[in-house]
Amino acid sequence: MLKPDLLIVGAGPAGMSAAVVAARAGLSVMVVDEQPTPGGQIWRGIEANAGTARGRALGAPYLSGLATVRAFRESGAVYWPSTRVWQIEPTLRTYVTGPDGTLMIQPSAILIATGAQERPAPFRGWTLPGVMTVGAAQILLKAPGTVPAAPVWIAGCGPLALLYAHQLVRLGGAVAGFLDTRMPAPLAGAARLAAGAVLRSGRELAKGAYWYADLHRRAGRYVRGVVDLQALGTDRVEGVRYRTADGRVEEVETSLLLIHEGVVPELHTARSLGCQTRWHAGQAAYVPVLNEWGESSVPGILVAGDAAGIGGAEAAIQRGRLAALRILSRLGRLPAGQEGAEAACRKALARALAPRAFLDRIFMPRENVFLPDDDTIVCRCEELRVRDLRGALSCSVGANQLKAFTRAGMGPCQGRQCAYTVASLIANVEARPMGDVEPFRVRPPLKPVRLCDVASLAEEAAPP
Amino acid sequence: MFRLLEQGRSGEDAVTIDLDGQPVRARAGETVASVLMREAEAWCRATPVSQARRAPYCMMGVCFDCLMLVEGEGLLRACQTYVRDGMKIRRQIGARHVVPSC
Amino acid sequence: MMASQATTAVIGGGLHGLACALALAVRGQDVVVFERSWVGRRASGATAAGVRTLGRDPAEIALSLVALERWHRIADLVGDDCGFHGSGQIKVAENPAEMESLAERARLTRDMGFDHEELIDAAELRRLVPMISPHCVGGLVARRDGAADPHRTIAAFRRTAEGCGVTIREGIAVTALEPDAGGWRVVTDAGTWQVRHVVNAAGAWGGHVCRMIGEPIRFGYKASMVFVTERLTPMIRPVVSAAGRTLSFKQSSQGTLVIGGGLQGSADLKTGVTQVDFHALAKGAQSARALFPAIGTVQVVRAWAGLEGAPADLLPVIGPSVRAPGIFHMFGFSGHGFELVPVVGEIVADWITRGRSSHDIGAFDVARLSL
Repeated sequence: MLKPDLLIVGAGPAGMSAAVVAARAGLSVMVVDEQPTPGGQIWRGIEANAGTARGRALGAPYLSGLATVRAFRESGAVYWPSTRVWQIEPTLRTYVTGPDGTLMIQPSAILIATGAQERPAPFRGWTLPGVMTVGAAQILLKAPGTVPAAPVWIAGCGPLALLYAHQLVRLGGAVAGFLDTRMPAPLAGAARLAAGAVLRSGRELAKGAYWYADLHRRAGRYVRGVVDLQALGTDRVEGVRYRTADGRVEEVETSLLLIHEGVVPELHTARSLGCQTRWHAGQAAYVPVLNEWGESSVPGILVAGDAAGIGGAEAAIQRGRLAALRILSRLGRLPAGQEGAEAACRKALARALAPRAFLDRIFMPRENVFLPDDDTIVCRCEELRVRDLRGALSCSVGANQLKAFTRAGMGPCQGRQCAYTVASLIANVEARPMGDVEPFRVRPPLKPVRLCDVASLAEEAAPP
Repeated sequence: MFRLLEQGRSGEDAVTIDLDGQPVRARAGETVASVLMREAEAWCRATPVSQARRAPYCMMGVCFDCLMLVEGEGLLRACQTYVRDGMKIRRQIGARHVVPSC
Repeated sequence: MMASQATTAVIGGGLHGLACALALAVRGQDVVVFERSWVGRRASGATAAGVRTLGRDPAEIALSLVALERWHRIADLVGDDCGFHGSGQIKVAENPAEMESLAERARLTRDMGFDHEELIDAAELRRLVPMISPHCVGGLVARRDGAADPHRTIAAFRRTAEGCGVTIREGIAVTALEPDAGGWRVVTDAGTWQVRHVVNAAGAWGGHVCRMIGEPIRFGYKASMVFVTERLTPMIRPVVSAAGRTLSFKQSSQGTLVIGGGLQGSADLKTGVTQVDFHALAKGAQSARALFPAIGTVQVVRAWAGLEGAPADLLPVIGPSVRAPGIFHMFGFSGHGFELVPVVGEIVADWITRGRSSHDIGAFDVARLSL
């Protein structure tokens, strides 16, 4: 069995940056990632896209990832692409399946750098073919370089929606309409946060404002104050019906609707290990409880990058480095001359996180992202609607019992798309704050694994 | 539903996969889901619960809606499955059926 | 502070505790159930829910056959069929030596006067389980056995018990039991209750309750693992186990395969946290694939380890306490208690209300485990 000093799950900004620091200091580092090339979702396809027109259209922040990828490639860390981590046991024994089959790894420390997923934002019709997330469309843009065949409708809010619309238009695609679901932020609070943010990260905010202005100019229609959405159609999307804050209801025809309501940390891995989590009201998300180094409540398990709380690529880089420094020092392997490294990371991290509170505030999702109406499917796998879950909640307590009685969260996505909505419904029905509601317990495996892959482990010698 | 930005030079569409018995051209290194999204029938399965049609939704492996039957390999996420020449892909209608010969 | 009153307190809101509470309520008692977490949280919710008389320890056969008849009419008891299907249970032999051991077992039960286990040849095995691997040579079948839906069963027992007036207190742990005026004071972390009888249905913590009343026993626990696959079209009706392997294999009404059989994960009794050990589970996957070669590429979606009490002889503890009058045990079912649910609660209820039962429970006496 392989016994690296450090196993890193995820080859995005945080995982790669941690690997570079740890491997350069002499640790044996393994990085396991589901994608065939490094970069994570944010820098997906970067090595292929760098130096092409598409790469340029994706923008400077995207292209900046190339330096990190190159450093990672040269770091000496063992990189296992196209490989899935499907279970980590509390002893840190880790199960992976990749091109070379299924095997167990016994590292001394694990860094979870699994990034984020788009916030599940259920609305009527969100399971129809033709409804996709904006992130999904952006992935198709990065590789193999595809855009919606017809002018597309985009609904939602958050930086990614703006960025994608901007990139799409630069590459010759078209936005038929943008349904802005952003709520007007309470002015006083937002202004105070904005002032602080502008002082420390004016350039980023200027960029965002530019995307906004660009979208206004280029979108066929721009509809503000959208408070409710419904995708229409039976076998596929044929249109969108939306309602605005002033009560206006309209329908438009489209065969493709892209939706985005922000991103939330990938918490499945940390929660499966029993790492403590908490409700982050500002980000309307559960986040792992971590110390200033990214150490979780479980010894030997660290979390960095967006999986530690949404912060973006630059913050992820710094958190990855800090985690690596901590692991080095825990293992007594911190090289001399690293004294300044920590301070530099912390300074850069603070700078990267400066606009976050402002962004979180202005892009706080509308309420029915969390509490959709009764007809909306919550659990995509088991096809359970809000109505079904509210009914079951009258005679069961807590997410785990709800799951047992309704099968919500028991399908192949293992609750990744319904855990938030289920927790919100419980909080709503029981009039409790989200922080008091325990989401689904995460059952192994972390991702479905084929029976033959599990069976193949029977031939391996029992671990000590 | 989607279109390629750059129509590849000849030879760049180097791969042909079999989708429900029809040959479909694909680019080397792309995912089955991304090929599917350029098809007129851009859906991947009918659910085991209600036979409702589904299509790739998240493209990053967290929604498990893009499950498709890959010959010899089972029901896999199309967005995490990379094309190989001659690969046989089937839309999955309802629950998966296992037969003694498979 | 005044203690709350009830006739009987049941410690443990698993299926056995609920069934006993229901039986007591039907007999006119005022019953309160204390459950530390929530109803069905432990073994009852983690079971593969096999309804099995096949291959039972000789001491349990008679009881299990009574229970089986109740399962076939379970709706009479709890108003729901609990998802029960009497599609049979089959223990498969993969070679002549295993076939001979099954034949010997069949002779044993026949000599005891039972006829529920029947030896079948390869052709009959294939008729009952067309998907079975061709190398299997026969089996032992209990045709009236089957399986149920554990969560539906829990819900039905809970609903019926509450409908009969049982009070269920979830999230409340019993911390001490004190003899008091011919009855017992049940001290919980949410107040004290004054009762005449106490039922120890605490599962893996049954031994802990025994210590509270000065009746320490030799007692362990099991953390049996189960895994569940993606949904498949119907492929098998009976529950299949194997003479030479640790395996239990069935298909749920949703189409998922539910595979268990007693492979052990690990558990911490203090925290109640259980862990799946995939390296150990690999043997179960290998066994399942050996018997059903077609399922190799089927996806495993969920796995868990339950937590259940297990005396050294893997037989339950049923009946009155030896040292503490008024305390009645029903725990330690060692991973095969699900089938016995419709009968054990009634036996204990009879002991409490009439001081006897028509069923012989001598083999389950707590005294055999005394320290």
